[in-house]
Amino acid sequence: MTQASDVQRLIKGVFRGDKRAIAKTITIIENNEPEAQKIISLIYPRTGKAHIIGITGPPGAGKSTLVEKLAKELRNRKKTVGIVAVDPTSPFTGGAFLGDRVRMQDLSLDEGVYIRSMATRNHPGGLARATKDAVHVLDASGKDDVIVETVGAGQSEVEIVKVAHTVVVVLAPGLGDDIQAIKAGQMEIGDIFVVNKGDRENADKAVSDIKGALELGSQDKEWKTPVLKTSALTGEGIGEFVETIEKHHSHLKKGALEAQRKATAEIELIEALKQKITQTIIYDLRQKGEWVRATEKISAREIDPYSAADNLLKRKAKTP
Amino acid sequence: MSTREKKIRVLIAKPGLDSHDRGAKIVARALRDAGMEVIYTGLRQTPEQIAETALQEDVDVIGLSILSGAHMTLFPKVMQLLKKKGMTDVKVFAGGIIPEEDIPALKKVGIKEVFGPGTPTTTLIEYVRNSVSK
Repeated sequence: MTQASDVQRLIKGVFRGDKRAIAKTITIIENNEPEAQKIISLIYPRTGKAHIIGITGPPGAGKSTLVEKLAKELRNRKKTVGIVAVDPTSPFTGGAFLGDRVRMQDLSLDEGVYIRSMATRNHPGGLARATKDAVHVLDASGKDDVIVETVGAGQSEVEIVKVAHTVVVVLAPGLGDDIQAIKAGQMEIGDIFVVNKGDRENADKAVSDIKGALELGSQDKEWKTPVLKTSALTGEGIGEFVETIEKHHSHLKKGALEAQRKATAEIELIEALKQKITQTIIYDLRQKGEWVRATEKISAREIDPYSAADNLLKRKAKTP
Repeated sequence: MSTREKKIRVLIAKPGLDSHDRGAKIVARALRDAGMEVIYTGLRQTPEQIAETALQEDVDVIGLSILSGAHMTLFPKVMQLLKKKGMTDVKVFAGGIIPEEDIPALKKVGIKEVFGPGTPTTTLIEYVRNSVSK
């Protein structure tokens, strides 16, 4: 579809920070167009500069509103900001209602902000398959900070840790007691916890419940996980929130960032391999008709999926 | 060999000072249920906000909904801004309370279709699908 010269022009636009070029590039990656890999390979060397901030937490905690306030405060501090806001795709129809921008209207005309709504397209873990690469595009476009807002997350949507340097878990008062706060998953991934809607009753109780739960675990000696109270509605606590995010970034720069980069590199390679291997093998098996035969046997209960996969892989190894 | 996953992206936007958005939400929901990705921005958008959102979200289609009667001012402004941004490939349709006699003028500025109250959502879905495949 797109010519090689078009790709070059698009990439140049991204490097200039041109919003249309950024938008078109993200679409190509999101749709997994044939040029997507070429684009990522051209962009990748320019990435690694932005501070990537992940915002996660249950639906209705006020993530989008908080993201708007956070972005505004970063803009006051002369930072440029990219935002990727993820909402769920319907598992039944494949459609999605992307409504995070409703809370971010004040940012839509700010020259230093780019916002992209993204549907999960049924990717598990709270992000879309293309989220990580969209972050790379915004990073390469020169944004100082990139904020990633996950879908309204439950207890096990933790993929954000693979993408963000600083993970913020946003909660609201009245969501659960100290027992909820001890559970694994989401409660383990926060570098910063925020109890939003701090203007509501029980906000202080929620803060102390979370603090209590965090104290039960083994804490990083260098970074004591802060639990903040904000009100995205009134703006209370937003200044302290941004300062804490910046403090965490400085903390990472002391050494953890390098380790994080290496861990992320490994994760990215594993994901890329998984994608490539399955794609190649499935494509090959489909061509030969073995795919259909195997799925028919599985559905007739003549063989289980694991043994069928073993057989296919063995045969594949014999015939290169 | 890679598996392409093209989806139709639609922006449903409400320019001007309308006080409710029930109609726009019904349309957004219907398009969502038809498998499209619908970006919704809420009430009281300026033409500048709508055009800029469409650009950042790289949508294929924009649906403008209006009840206030200001369509003859606001719609041409949206169209003008899209043109200025080089987004002439984006298809724009409109709905809400729009008198019959205003429709030719709106089509002249580039609004592809105008849907009045009572339009079945199936008509809309079909329209959006066809306009994108063209």
